[in-house]
Amino acid sequence: MFYREAGDFKTSYEQDSQTFPIKFDRFRYYAVLAIAFLVVPFVINDYWANAILLPFLIYAIAAIGLNILVGYAGQVSLGTGGFMAVGAYACYKFMTMMPEVSMFVHVLLAGGMTAIVCVVFGLPSLRIKGFYLAVATLAAQFFLVWLFNRVPWFYNYSASGQISAPERDVFGILITGPNAPAWATYMFSLIFLTLCALVARNLTRGTIGRSWMAIRDMDIAAEIIGVNPLKAKLTAFAVSGFFIGISGALFFSVYLGAVEVGEAFGITKSFLVLFMVIIGGLGSIFGSFAGAAFLVLLPVVLKVVGVDVLGWPTDIVAHFQLVIVGALIIVFLIVEPHGLAQLWRVAKEKLRLWPFPH
Amino acid sequence: MKLKLTTLALGAVMAAGPVMADLVFPSLSYRTGPYAAGGIPFADGYADYFTLLNERDGGIGGVMTKLIECETGYNTEKGVECYESTKGEGALVYQPLSTGITYQLIPKVTADNIPLHTMGYGRTSAANGEVFSNVFNYPANYWNGASGVVNYLLESNGGDLKGKKIALVYHNSAYGKEPIRTLEELSAKHGFELLALPVDHPGQEQKSQWLQIRRERPDFVTMWGWGVMNQVAIQEAANIRFPMENFIGVWWSGAEHDVMSAGDAADGYKALTFHNVGRDFPVFHHIQKYVVDTGKAAGAGDQIGTVLYNRGMYAAMLAAEAAKTAQGIHGTADINAAMMRDGMEALEINEAKMADLGMPNFGPSFNVSCENHGGPGLVGVTQWDASSKTWSLISDFKPTDGDVIGALVAEDSGAYAAENKITPNCN
Repeated sequence: MFYREAGDFKTSYEQDSQTFPIKFDRFRYYAVLAIAFLVVPFVINDYWANAILLPFLIYAIAAIGLNILVGYAGQVSLGTGGFMAVGAYACYKFMTMMPEVSMFVHVLLAGGMTAIVCVVFGLPSLRIKGFYLAVATLAAQFFLVWLFNRVPWFYNYSASGQISAPERDVFGILITGPNAPAWATYMFSLIFLTLCALVARNLTRGTIGRSWMAIRDMDIAAEIIGVNPLKAKLTAFAVSGFFIGISGALFFSVYLGAVEVGEAFGITKSFLVLFMVIIGGLGSIFGSFAGAAFLVLLPVVLKVVGVDVLGWPTDIVAHFQLVIVGALIIVFLIVEPHGLAQLWRVAKEKLRLWPFPH
Repeated sequence: MKLKLTTLALGAVMAAGPVMADLVFPSLSYRTGPYAAGGIPFADGYADYFTLLNERDGGIGGVMTKLIECETGYNTEKGVECYESTKGEGALVYQPLSTGITYQLIPKVTADNIPLHTMGYGRTSAANGEVFSNVFNYPANYWNGASGVVNYLLESNGGDLKGKKIALVYHNSAYGKEPIRTLEELSAKHGFELLALPVDHPGQEQKSQWLQIRRERPDFVTMWGWGVMNQVAIQEAANIRFPMENFIGVWWSGAEHDVMSAGDAADGYKALTFHNVGRDFPVFHHIQKYVVDTGKAAGAGDQIGTVLYNRGMYAAMLAAEAAKTAQGIHGTADINAAMMRDGMEALEINEAKMADLGMPNFGPSFNVSCENHGGPGLVGVTQWDASSKTWSLISDFKPTDGDVIGALVAEDSGAYAAENKITPNCN
């Protein structure tokens, strides 16, 4: 009834090929943006920012990055944690080497650095695929964590091997450090997420994205019709690395403020982001958002319901959390292997026909 | 229906209305994950002591205490969530029992003006209260521990460690890396050779480290381990027949569950401590009477009297005493976090006070001051007896190398102050 193409006339190619061709979708998108940018910053408090919104925004960027690599280009990666660590440590080094530069620049540079590292570790993808590539990226994960633990230059020779974010600002507004206001950290991450999502969406609709998908679907066929696998695979690694690096930099500087590489960027982080992509939906930008929201919010919701509402002991709730998240992952893989994004797609198809399904 | 709604609303208002606010002590515990074996007894001891205060004394200074437990799983992200969700409830002091979470919280608590007490863990240089205004790590810190090990070895080797080799098996994290600097300084001072062997989280895989120990044949092994890493290390030491008397763990590597699994082979293993062990104190009768017998014991109630239970109880005792001090300073029973900070800074623990609390000779006497948030740093040594399954204190609380540690604390806190533009100040 509300959700249909009828009556929504397109008079130019631009209009026809826009991201949200259906009017209702488009307005919903504008409404979400308006709420996120104009309403949330005024009502946000420390708890919402640090416990829910920041992790969601930052994991969403990481999930978009990984989705480009795994979902669009079909290159399985288990190195996300290591690449996020590259972003975090690069950001830390830039922050301490050039304290006067705006935080925006630091984060972008950290993303760029991660892109380079990611391309280097992506080189084996030209020769190997599937499980073997997964193992190669797993090696990247362990190597990078080991490197940041082993070489004191990366953590400025601090006694504990921890890196802590000093106070840095953007146009005089503190973004990192304990005195940064909640709205500023939220807006900073939100701006990055919005930019990343826009870039990712448009890349995946264009030539590069199509070449990624061609490689994913059948690399030999893609090569025969003229897709350069070297270029396609390495650009996928570069773009993915850029996004993951940004998320790692934000994760360290804006969200946690101090990290320890083994604990914050271990193999569990790689799996967490991979689960987000799988649950959210491979090859879908919306899926990255949905997956990140699902895995960030679920533990918090379970904790609030279990401990605060029902008054159960904290350890029982923590164990239940593992059981429930694990069970949900299995259920999702069986019932809806294409993830939350596919559920959304089906819901939209149904809505389009509603209320006259025949 | 309308009546029902009104009653409900009234009930809600009455429940929410602050008649007399409780003194809120959040407990950022971990009862799950690879470090739960250490987290559970500590959390139980912490909770039981506050329950005891409520049941026996009617709270602190007439105000009931309220413990909010939040599960961190030793994970920094969950730790942040716990901090943010509890700080709005009027939390008086945080004790996260995790060096990683401590590093996160140091800048946050300073901005929010809530004290942080990291007893025997955390950032060692926080002992310099001029820089770390809201962080306390009395009565002892890692560098006291490192020096305590060396002092004990000096004592048992006739004051000479020249040409000896000491291996440090450490958890490859901020926690485990803390003592390295001090041990390096001490190795230069006393002429022993230091061999540092990192073990990655969670520490179940240590074959290669112990193989290296077997090859290098160090005279002594010291360990900075936590959680499952301790059990594995002690088992591995037993496997290579390393003499247990020459194996000394820090205070986080010396609880019952760490040595139990190795059985008789663990006999003679030593660990540092900064408080007494065992349950031979009057306070345990009170806990039995007011907490256990009334069915209010935290957790499964099976940890009472273990090393880490005692440590949790000791932490709670120090927090409660600081709260009393704060009530005295500010002349109000209903203190807030800023007042609590003042109380911690003016805390005095002496033998008479501890005896009053049913804990005679439980820990060292000490005073906290604005300059010194680290206490005296007195370190004792305990030894495990596998046949009677008890820890006993074999070396009393003794001072550590203040010169070496003081210089390192000044250097590290100075760097922190410069990095964060803090002007050291005590007024």
